[in-house]
Amino acid sequence: MYREKRSREFYILAIFFAVFVLFLYGPLSAILILSFQGPNGGLTFPLNGVSLRWFANLFETQAVGDFGGSFRRSAMLGIMVMAVTVVVSLLAGLAFRRKFIGATALFYLAVASLVVPSIIVSLGIGVLFNQLGLQPAWYSSAFGAHLTWTLPFGVLIMFAVFNRFSPAYEEAARDLGASSWQTFSNVVLPMIAPSLIGVGLFGFTLSYDEFARTLMTSGSFNTLPLEIYGMTTNVTTPVLYALGTVTTVFSFLVIAGTLGLIIHLNRRRLKS
Amino acid sequence: MATITSSETENAGRRPKSFRLPLAVISYLQSVPLALILGFFLLLPILMIAVVSFWDYDFAQMYPDFLTMNYAETLGSWVTWKTYLNTLKYALMVWAITLVIGFWVAYFLAFHIRTTSMQMVLFLICTVPFLTSNIIRMISWIPVLGRNGLINSALVGSGVVSEPVEWLLYSDFAVVLAMVHLYTLFMVTPIFNTLMRIDKSLVEAARDAGATSWQILANVIIPLAKPGMAIGTIFVVTLVMADFSTVQVMSGGQSASVALMMKNQMSLLQYPAAAANAVVLLVLVLLMVAGILRIVDIRKEL
Repeated sequence: MYREKRSREFYILAIFFAVFVLFLYGPLSAILILSFQGPNGGLTFPLNGVSLRWFANLFETQAVGDFGGSFRRSAMLGIMVMAVTVVVSLLAGLAFRRKFIGATALFYLAVASLVVPSIIVSLGIGVLFNQLGLQPAWYSSAFGAHLTWTLPFGVLIMFAVFNRFSPAYEEAARDLGASSWQTFSNVVLPMIAPSLIGVGLFGFTLSYDEFARTLMTSGSFNTLPLEIYGMTTNVTTPVLYALGTVTTVFSFLVIAGTLGLIIHLNRRRLKS
Repeated sequence: MATITSSETENAGRRPKSFRLPLAVISYLQSVPLALILGFFLLLPILMIAVVSFWDYDFAQMYPDFLTMNYAETLGSWVTWKTYLNTLKYALMVWAITLVIGFWVAYFLAFHIRTTSMQMVLFLICTVPFLTSNIIRMISWIPVLGRNGLINSALVGSGVVSEPVEWLLYSDFAVVLAMVHLYTLFMVTPIFNTLMRIDKSLVEAARDAGATSWQILANVIIPLAKPGMAIGTIFVVTLVMADFSTVQVMSGGQSASVALMMKNQMSLLQYPAAAANAVVLLVLVLLMVAGILRIVDIRKEL
């Protein structure tokens, strides 16, 4: 293959990109390092020895908060949001492939869901539940609030996927005598599976980290981001960083696992 | 074997009549879940806010009423106007910075990286932090910018300054820096998406016609990247306009934003006042988005 020489522009932009990546990851690594702060160390550098004290502190019962419980709630909520986001976005994506009355309105409603300030959604759902006499809880009101954030992403991704999806495959399957369900499950679904997994990843991580929408809707039990937000104002030990490290590592594991799954599926499809 | 085949053909022959619904009905059935969820958790709550914004309230309760007092108090106070201006100032600054960073990062990925797999790897490197907690990423600036933070120790240690620089943390600078850190990806992704769809032969044609790389950039690539920039702008502007946590934590309580003002009213149980604010903010944000949507048709860009 013909390769032209790298221009000066390339090197300048490469340095710019490297600085950008450093800007993204630098502060995060500061937290990672400081979470191993020694028992007498504070919230800033230098490290005053190295210990696992603050991680141990996380697992002790304490006055500041309930990490185990809030983590379980956030993970559970993330899984619920993920499942609903994948199914509902897929259905909506399929619906948008055909023209129907109200399609444009529904599409713009989804876009609106993306641009309405999160705190307004939070306030609105909080007041609505209050007026309906319903008790807000993480599995009802916060669940709905998170969906208003994850669904538009899912719908837009599915919209983009089906925009690029050639109907020729389905026509071929139909010509070979497949029913519409067979066409969907044996032809369409395997082809869009990686995108669906991507939508699932978005659904889970956006919900797992969401906090403005949870503010007024979580009811009496906190989710993890609310717990962390509370800690930023009243915790003065590196236990905050330890918690940050743990949830970030958890997020990384979820992302890596999902990407691995997508790569695996793509490889298998290429092989067959 | 024979019976199976015959029953299968029978089924296949009968299915269109008995099972297949009209296509329009299928479309509606498929879109109902989305419509129901957004209807109940987005439309209804916003209507509720609009209604409540006219209600009366005291320290404990709200009373159904039709008062314009909440709006009069919101729009009549100098503090509100200053807060709105401050929020718009953040939006403008963060928008300008993320647009510049986002464009160059996307341009580098789309036009200077030669293999698709390398493009994807580098794009993922940019994406991963955005899938982790915003709050953690925000507070991670504190040990970097603080009075005894990394930057100050480096500056004092190297003798550039004799006293730690105070304005790094708990200032407008810190707020804008953290917002750029949090929201740049929302600019990178849409621009990257549009740049990837530019036909490379256009660039080659321009080069063959004798254009310099700056001319190509200014006359071919940037005009074609505008839709991506518009979508990125929608994301960044609406995120900044809605932000309260970054402003609260990074300014150390010294600056305000509209959403932070709402949050404070909510914690004082002044829901109707917060609702009036919400309506004003929502109208403002929707006007901004509508303005941007006049430039770009999102459905074409996906």
